[in-house]
Order: sequence, then C-alpha cells, then structure tokens
Amino acid sequence: MMTVTPSHTANHHNKPRPPPTASTGIIGWLRKNLFSSLSNTILTLVAIYVLSLAIPAIVDWTFLSSQVSGETRFACKVDGACWAWVDQRFGQFLFGFYPEGERWRVVVAFILLFPALIPWLADGVPGQRYLRWFSVIYPVIATILLAGGMGLQEVPTHKFGGFMLNLIVGLSGIVLSLPIGILLALGRQSKLPLIRWLSVGFIEAVRGVPLITLLFVSNILLPIFLPPDVTLDSVVRVIIMVTAFASAYMAEVIRGGLQAIPSGQHEAALAMGLNYWKSMRLIVLPQALRISIPGIVNTFIGLFKDTTLVIVIGLFDILGIANAMVSNPDWLGLSTETYVFVAVFFFAVCFSMSRYSIWLERRLGTKRQ
Amino acid sequence: MNQNEINKAPDHQKVIQIAGLNKWFGSFHVLRDLSLSVEQGEKIVICGPSGSGKSTLIRCINFLEEHQEGQIVVDGIELTGDLKNIDAVRREVGMVFQSFNLFPHLSVLENCTLAPIWVRKTPQAEAEELAMQYLKRVKIPEQAAKYPGQLSGGQQQRVAIARSLCMQPKIMLFDEPTSALDPEMIKEVLDVMIDLAESGMTMLVVTHEMGFAAQVADQVIFMDDGQIIEQNTPKEFFEKPRSERTKLFLSQILSN
Repeated sequence: MMTVTPSHTANHHNKPRPPPTASTGIIGWLRKNLFSSLSNTILTLVAIYVLSLAIPAIVDWTFLSSQVSGETRFACKVDGACWAWVDQRFGQFLFGFYPEGERWRVVVAFILLFPALIPWLADGVPGQRYLRWFSVIYPVIATILLAGGMGLQEVPTHKFGGFMLNLIVGLSGIVLSLPIGILLALGRQSKLPLIRWLSVGFIEAVRGVPLITLLFVSNILLPIFLPPDVTLDSVVRVIIMVTAFASAYMAEVIRGGLQAIPSGQHEAALAMGLNYWKSMRLIVLPQALRISIPGIVNTFIGLFKDTTLVIVIGLFDILGIANAMVSNPDWLGLSTETYVFVAVFFFAVCFSMSRYSIWLERRLGTKRQ
Repeated sequence: MNQNEINKAPDHQKVIQIAGLNKWFGSFHVLRDLSLSVEQGEKIVICGPSGSGKSTLIRCINFLEEHQEGQIVVDGIELTGDLKNIDAVRREVGMVFQSFNLFPHLSVLENCTLAPIWVRKTPQAEAEELAMQYLKRVKIPEQAAKYPGQLSGGQQQRVAIARSLCMQPKIMLFDEPTSALDPEMIKEVLDVMIDLAESGMTMLVVTHEMGFAAQVADQVIFMDDGQIIEQNTPKEFFEKPRSERTKLFLSQILSN
C-alpha cells in the first residue's frame, strides 16, 4: 500500500537548499573520489606511497642528476641521465639525412600544415572557406618543399628520415585512410554484388596480413609487377601500403557505426527525395562517424605508431635513427635516454589526437541532448 | 482483371493507380494481386491485422519497397526500377513513419529545410520561412531551434509531419503514425492530421485509430493476408461489414 504522507507533499514545496558542505568543494571531492570506502582509502594511501617513491626518482634521473654537455658518453660522469647526445643528434632525430642546408624547407612545410589542418578540425575558424582551399593545394606545396622542384634543390626521398618521416607517412595515411575507409564500409553494405565482393575482398585480404608483410611486398614484389620504366618512390610506396592497411581497419570501424544507425534514418531521407549519396552524406554518415570517433582515433593512433615499421625497408624514421645511435660506439649504452626521448615524440602526437577526439565527441554530443 | 493496362497519361482525378500488384519477401507472398486507385483529395484509411501487408503496400507507393509484379502509377509516373521516376515520385509523396525518423543530429528547423534545400534547391532563407510556416501549422514553431531528442513523442511526430509538408507533396502517406505514442499524445497528432485532411490533401493512412477513420476517411480498406478484403465508406464499413474477417477484426479492435 502506498500512502502519501503529509510531510511528503509538504517537502514538495520546500525551498531549494544548498547541499551539505561536506559534499562539495575540495573536501567533498576528496571524500567522494579517494576516501569513499575502506578499500578505496587503502588504495589511495598505497598509491600516494608509490608515487612518493617514483616521482622524486624520475625527476632526479631526468633533470637533477643528469648531464647535458659532452662530446661522447664517456664525458658523462653522473648517475642520472646523459643527455649530451641530444645537442649533436637532435637534427638527425627530426630530419634524418635531409641535407642540413635545406632543412628550413621541412620547417616551412610543417608550419604550413597548421593552416591546412585546422579548418577541418574545428568550426568557426576565421577564413575557414579559403583555408580549406589552401588545404586542397597543401599536399602539392608540401611535396615541392620536401622533395624539391620549381627551383628548389631536389632531395631524394631515401634521405627523408627521423620524426619528419613519421609525420609524413602518418599524416598522409590518416588523411587518405578515412575517406577510403568510408567508401569501403559503404561498399561492403552495397546492394551491388560486385562492389560488395571487391570491398570485402580488399578488407579481408589486407586486414589478414601483417603490415610488415605489406611493406616487404611493396618493396620487393611491386617492382616485379610494375613495368620496368615505372618506378614508385619508396616513401610513396610506404604511404600506399600504410593507407591500405589503415583503410581496411577504418572500414570495419565505420561499418560498426553504420550498423548502429536505424534503417529508418536512411528511409526517411529517401522518402524525402534525397538520393543515396545525399542521404549518406547528410544523414547517415554524420551520425555513424560521430559514434565511430573512438574507434577511428584508435586506428589513427595505431597507424601513427606503425610508421616506425618503415625500418624494414631501409628507411630511417625516428626510431631507426635511435637504434642506429644506440649502437654507435660513442653513445653505446644510452638506450634508456634515447628511447625515452623517442617515446616523448610519439606520446605528444598520440595524446593530442586522443584529447582532440574527446573534445570533438563532447562538442558533437552537446548538440543532441 | 489484375493486369489492366493503366493509362499513364496524367490523370488529375486519379493520383495513385495500382493494378495487379504482387510482392514477395523471400518466399512469403506479402501482397497478392492488389489493385487500388486513389483520387485527388481522397483520404483512405487502411487497417488490418499485423502482417497483413498494409505497411508494405504504402511503402511500395514511394518505392521504399520494390514490387515484383504489377503496376504502380503515381501522379502519372510509373514506378519501375528507373531512378529518375523514383526520385520524381518521392518529391511528390510525403511519408510519416511510426518511429518518426527525425534526424537527431539536426535541429527541428534543419530537419524541415533539408529536403527543400538539397532536393528542390530552395534558397535557405526561403526554405526556413516555409519551414516556420508548416511548424506553425503543426503548432510547434517555438521548438524550431531544439533538437529532436529534446521533444516529446507527440511533438516529434508533428515535426515529422511538418518536415514532410515542407516538400509540398501532393500525397501524404502515414505508416501507423500514432502507434509509437503514449495515449495522451495521440490526440495532438490526430488533430494535425485532421486539419491536414480538411485542407484537401490526398492521404493514405495506415492506422488502427477508428475514430479518425470515421471522422475523415472517404474510404476504409481492410487488408488481410496481402489482399484487400473490404473497401467501403466508413459508415458502411463500420455499420455493415460484409466479410466475417472484417467483423472479427472490428470486434477485436473496438473492444479495446
């Protein structure tokens, strides 16, 4: 039996009161998040203890007891990290064997990347429309800057290396694999059997093979199949293979998103007279891509880290340069410093992508609810 | 009688002509030798038990379902696999779904202006003006800036009706428009539909709302097993149903 007591109904008319002080502010936060139960309190204390050991040690090794100058590792007389090589090798880590006098071209291409990318990443950028046109010609500008031509000295791509190579391969792969992945995902759902079979065949064939194998194939087998007068540049080959690989994964991520959209959405669009492509572009894909963002960014991050595999076909990306340096007699044994240094670059890029995706999800999400 | 050639010359009286329509889902024969003609301004209510093919029938009229045999001519255009004809028919035929199918990533106003802008190439300002006019007609102009997820079911269905009207269709199809609604919201949607019927719109409505049928329908069709069992004026249909199946159906639906 449910009876409504007078006090119940009276409560309804009470004025709102501020919450009890202990549930808000710093103390409230601590209580709720760190000391909400006995087991949580124990975990919090253990975590504080571990951090109190680890953080001072890391700071000490990295900064306080480290040394930043010296000609070889034997100049390093400290217990902490030996950063003396950075001064000598920084350029190589960034640019590989790109001629030193021409490295400004890479820097210019990198700076121009921002106005080319930003108008696609956010809305309301001043001059967005013009910047997007700039994005369209940016690949041409970047290619000329990096490889030469139009009066600039030619730099063969086997001299590309270091983090610049990771960025070139990674960004090209990211920009190309998204549209190709969308087309493959749509193709896989196509009513036309030929398109469906081709899409499924491509996705399964590429996804079922390790990327290293694809890179080997691109290096050894492609030249055999291509006519002898056609040579594909090795960096271009890598971009093609990395893109193909990421596209197959992307297609499956986006297919998941497409399947989550009720068929009524596409039907409503068709019933209003929109054709297939308009319905996809305006109705289905905006929703499918939004819910696929975590998977898409996951694939992007995986792709970016996979760019280090170019070492198997003789290109020296930042990790390749690091490997070479670690085995150099002058700097032998500095593998911790070197790999930490390389990790920072990858972490910076991957973490940015991750934060961006969270920001994007939130921005698109707020519009709906 | 099922394969009468339909005269495809534009006939302003008969806006929908269906002859000898047959459709299968796999091996299931969902529409059987069905013929129907609808005159301009006519309001037809289609009822029948679930699985009787009534939704499939109206979904064939804008080619959301493809028929295998027979002829469907809408506004003088025959529906075949020809994409041009399909597009032309869909521009003239609006549809309202049971589950609303509003686009959740677009605002109410954008839902309404999308098709006029992208299909009819209406300038944006004009499309918005038109949209506001129809949103006023369904008594919901104040919600134009909101997103569908922020509206109640009845409000969403009224927006869906306005969205269809923005294409200024000659024919409106309703596929169980009130079946997904809470009881207290059914009336607000039916009121909009009654208003639309009174304005002279040609309407085909799949519904079990017999009150609506009695009030606005020119013809009531009872379907079962993919066939039209009975077609009559509402008065005759409710008072003197001819077939036993119709009687049984009416007794079941009216006892609720």
